[in-house]
Amino acid sequence: MTTTHVKPTASKQAGESLLQVTDLTKHFPIRRGLLQRQVGAVQAVDGLTFDVTRGETLSLVGESGCGKTTTGRMLTRLLEPTAGTILLEGEDITHWSTGKLRPLRRDVQMIFQDPYGSLNPRHTVGTIVGAPYHLQGIKTERGVKREVQDLLQLVGLNPEHYNRYPHEFSGGQRQRIGIARSLALKPKLIIADEPVSALDVSIQAQVINLLEDLQDELGLTYVVIAHDLSVVRHMSDRIAVMYLGNLVELADRDDLYTRPMHPYTTALMSAVPIPDTQRRTKRERIRLQGDVPSPVNPPPACRFHTRCWKAQEICRTEKPPLVALAPRHLVACHFPENADTPGSSDPAALQSSTAAGSAAGSLPGSADHDAQEPRD
Amino acid sequence: MSQSTNESTETGTDTDAGTNGATTAAAGKSRRGAKSASVNTLDGIGGMGAPSPDAFLSVRDLRVHFPTDDGLVRSVDGLSFDLVRGKTLGIVGESGSGKSVTSMSIMGLHKPGTVQMTGSIKLDGTELVGAKPEAVRALRGKRMAMIFQDPLSAMHPFYTVGHQIIEAYRIHNKVSTSVARKHAIDMLGRVGIPQPSSRVDDYPHQFSGGMRQRAMIAMALSCDPELLIADEPTTALDVTVQAQILDLIRDLQSEFNSAVILITHDLGVVAELSDDIMVMYAGRSVEYSSADEVFTRPQHPYTWGLLGSMPRLDRVRTERLRPIPGAPPSLINVPSGCPFHPRCAYADRTDGLSQTVRPPFAETYPGHYSACHLSREQKTEFWENDIRPTL
Repeated sequence: MTTTHVKPTASKQAGESLLQVTDLTKHFPIRRGLLQRQVGAVQAVDGLTFDVTRGETLSLVGESGCGKTTTGRMLTRLLEPTAGTILLEGEDITHWSTGKLRPLRRDVQMIFQDPYGSLNPRHTVGTIVGAPYHLQGIKTERGVKREVQDLLQLVGLNPEHYNRYPHEFSGGQRQRIGIARSLALKPKLIIADEPVSALDVSIQAQVINLLEDLQDELGLTYVVIAHDLSVVRHMSDRIAVMYLGNLVELADRDDLYTRPMHPYTTALMSAVPIPDTQRRTKRERIRLQGDVPSPVNPPPACRFHTRCWKAQEICRTEKPPLVALAPRHLVACHFPENADTPGSSDPAALQSSTAAGSAAGSLPGSADHDAQEPRD
Repeated sequence: MSQSTNESTETGTDTDAGTNGATTAAAGKSRRGAKSASVNTLDGIGGMGAPSPDAFLSVRDLRVHFPTDDGLVRSVDGLSFDLVRGKTLGIVGESGSGKSVTSMSIMGLHKPGTVQMTGSIKLDGTELVGAKPEAVRALRGKRMAMIFQDPLSAMHPFYTVGHQIIEAYRIHNKVSTSVARKHAIDMLGRVGIPQPSSRVDDYPHQFSGGMRQRAMIAMALSCDPELLIADEPTTALDVTVQAQILDLIRDLQSEFNSAVILITHDLGVVAELSDDIMVMYAGRSVEYSSADEVFTRPQHPYTWGLLGSMPRLDRVRTERLRPIPGAPPSLINVPSGCPFHPRCAYADRTDGLSQTVRPPFAETYPGHYSACHLSREQKTEFWENDIRPTL
């Protein structure tokens, strides 16, 4: 890597909440017939509540169709939320108009999954990375070209390649171009939608290291959308597991990986293939049956109950609330795993709270990470 | 080196003790073959000589080159391996290492006229290189079949899933449509499609990604092929579905006793399924051995690099990954000497050999081949001290 390690510059603000999301919902209407009447809705995202602290990396994980990309696109306001609120640095940006949002685009940038599709093939690298300056009408002291060349250097590309076209670069290099473009306006928050999944393993590691270096150097906050649990563990501070538009578990990285509480999280982790033949036979794998149900007609109550091996009657009738079963560890399950281990709150209290189900108060407020005790 | 080859040097046979005992003469012959091949190692033939007697698929010195305006693209450049029935060979490597080109060559799917193919591919004794397209076509589907990475583009959107399976089945079997339809329903059921008798009339777009991949596996297996090539079969799928598909391939293989080639870039997937592993780089095999060997004492710095690049769930989280620097080489101007030397951290430890001489594909341990100039002792030292502790 060409970048050097500098201590975080944003440390003075660390710990403060940068982005707060409450009850975020996105339903895509399905229209039929001559009058285009709405006959249903794809419930892509349904009531997400979380916040992102300055300087941290929060990952959204889940299978395809769980709504993680939709969530990312709502955070950048590329999609209009159906309901809920998004607060960026305390300001409610949920329904701001395009014009009003424009200055905000400097603060929130996006890195896309496909390094082939996200760069205009007719533009040179200089034009692509310099575009944000022109769009925002920003005058730079030393001219846009110098700024762009500095950015190329920062992401490990040769500044002399300023006049080359995207097709002259490999996949990993293109992803670096995309990263350089997103950094141009010194954003506070970067939404990275599957930033490395299209890359080869060796290149993937280079880009992951680059993103980490940039975070240290520039004090960036990341929301990473990914499906690869080993990559997610490597990159994240906190992880939100999504299933069919719902948040099922939200916890600190180490806590989540040592002590997954939601059966879905457990199943996801056990499905990851381990590059070690010795462990092939030893591992106990939880095998989920079937596919993710359709978000047009999601299962009632707990949306995971159709594939869950622990499902009981209550899972079909009552939606489990997202509650803190351990410090900074929120789970939405009637029968969580690993909840009774030492260190968590009083088991008896847990049981009563899970049994009480959704009767235990309303959820939105439960995203409070300092909540030590489950609500009951 | 070669005196230690008491057991046959060919792939797969090491675990089959019965075969080894019974074919001492053949093993002796192949030992000679290995020796004579070691003379040719600089040509990239590698340590593998005469085909193993029970090899179902035998590839020798395969070279697949594509002439282009910019120069000759050497996608595969001297590849040799064997595969016996009932075994799985995992081929690992980055994009552009020649994995998929190899599988397309075996299936005879390269467009004639655009490709220069030399060497030998023998499927159960039948030579495929230079064979008539019609002859290869008769084998395709019946004796060898392929599962592609992207099931949406590999199935025809205009025809129902059932129609496509029935068509494949009826080309190779003289049966009526209704018998073939029963067979198609049976196959769909076998790969775990719910309500196969009604889903058989669905179109590919009505299936989810995992189901489409299952349907393609059903199509590939409809004629009981003896060789199944799975080219990145799970790359487009979610982990939970990936686990289902890997289980399915494993179960079906033991049921049909087919030989399987699994092509992937994910070492985790290979570890799940493979008996043997071949690591490819720039169109050549750089390491070849049983899966256990490759994961316990890998012998090539490229394999170390692949292992170091992967974040792993089964280990303590490391602060930084150790990527392989640089990018895969151009296949038009393959670096001189060892093609990996520009990216290799140990290239300066070989007295300049790496830059000038192509390393022979030699046997480091019995049945464990690698193409590297480092001595066995050096490799053990680097692996034990530098690489393994950081994984």
